[in-house]
Amino acid sequence: MSLHPIVLSLQVAGVASALALVVGLPVAWLLARRGVPGRNVLTVLILLPMVLPPTVLGYYLLVIIGVEGPVGQMAEALGVGRIVFPPTAAVLAAFAASVPFLIVAARAGFEQVDPAYEEAARTLGRSELAIAALVTLPLAWRSVAAGLALTFARAVGEFGATIMVAGSVPGRTRTASIAIYEAVQMSRMDEANLMALLLTVITAGMLLALVGLGRGGSW
Amino acid sequence: MTLEAAIESRLGAFHLQIRFRMRGGITALFGPSGAGKSLTLRHIAGLQRPEEGRIVLGDRTLFDTAGRIDLPPQDRNVGYVSQESVLFPHLSVATNVGFGLQGQSREKRKGRIHDMLELVEMEGYGPRRPRSLSGGERRRVAMARALAPGPAILLLDEPFAGLDFRVRRTLRRRLLAIHRGTGVPILLVTHSLADVREVCDELVLVDRGRTVAAGPAQQLMARPPDSHAAELLSEDMA
Repeated sequence: MSLHPIVLSLQVAGVASALALVVGLPVAWLLARRGVPGRNVLTVLILLPMVLPPTVLGYYLLVIIGVEGPVGQMAEALGVGRIVFPPTAAVLAAFAASVPFLIVAARAGFEQVDPAYEEAARTLGRSELAIAALVTLPLAWRSVAAGLALTFARAVGEFGATIMVAGSVPGRTRTASIAIYEAVQMSRMDEANLMALLLTVITAGMLLALVGLGRGGSW
Repeated sequence: MTLEAAIESRLGAFHLQIRFRMRGGITALFGPSGAGKSLTLRHIAGLQRPEEGRIVLGDRTLFDTAGRIDLPPQDRNVGYVSQESVLFPHLSVATNVGFGLQGQSREKRKGRIHDMLELVEMEGYGPRRPRSLSGGERRRVAMARALAPGPAILLLDEPFAGLDFRVRRTLRRRLLAIHRGTGVPILLVTHSLADVREVCDELVLVDRGRTVAAGPAQQLMARPPDSHAAELLSEDMA
């Protein structure tokens, strides 16, 4: 039995979580501001992947990044090649399914930061970007860490959207959750057992570390 | 350095219509709670936008509805210390004081932080965290932080409120020393006559959002211009 699916799952979830951090933090920060136009519509759009069946999410992704889709065509034209099926698609699926968790948690964290801190920083002449990076983000750190833990967990567990856009290519897109499903389908219960157990232990350990990180260090 | 403010704003049922002018020195915005004193400071600092009016600091217009000028707080060069003297809890005292000193060399910034901590008599506190400080110490650090970038004016919202008698007295003396040391004009909000008597040169009397009287503090306290001013000055509202 190959352990590759587990390694791939962790890699995919790691990259997807990092991407979620880069994309999600600015979005969460914007949503936490008052007076941002279209805030409610944006919020609904961001929450949708949390409530839609993952297969629907996967279907939309397929429409957008597939060979016929706008992003897919652009990628072809730019010589990037097909996005669907190689690990990129698995990362995109995990990202789309998990980024709302980061945005929701980080936004709540940003909103809890007393505006008096940001005001003080403004009167000291600092730019809004510097204030976000040096004041708001560090003060909301716990919420962001909790959101990152949830994001990672959701990304590791991604199944429906991944199988829609990335399929199950051994060594390329067959993540642990898909491999476990296939093992069960083929009655290879020992393999399913071991992978499920390993995945559980590894993710639990990583989550524990993240939660500990978010809790520690009170100023 | 003069500050001229003519501000009109509404906050729910409250209507602020305040007008005053201050020269250097230490000026008090004095009046009962809810008179609009803190709101006035927030308007001057640029943290809240008035509906109408004009705020001019020296030769710079900070806000002018007629001229469509509304400088963001970052560009006003106004030092502001809120009533809670909020220090960034995740940063050391020194980093707090140096927060507004971006774009300076490390050496220069270190020197300025040292000078500011010395000015507020907090030398040696640099590495400490804000949570380990007392209320009076926090206010002094907040003042040092606001003064570090070299503002044209320092706005202090209730700098002595909530402190016990001795700390209050020490902090008043410190404020006078800070003013002498830096020459920065100070506009402070208070509802204590003792504060006015001990530290302020000028006095702006405010009640229910309106300027009641303004002028040299000693003179106003000795001879209030009308019965309203006399009534406001008759009892210590602290």
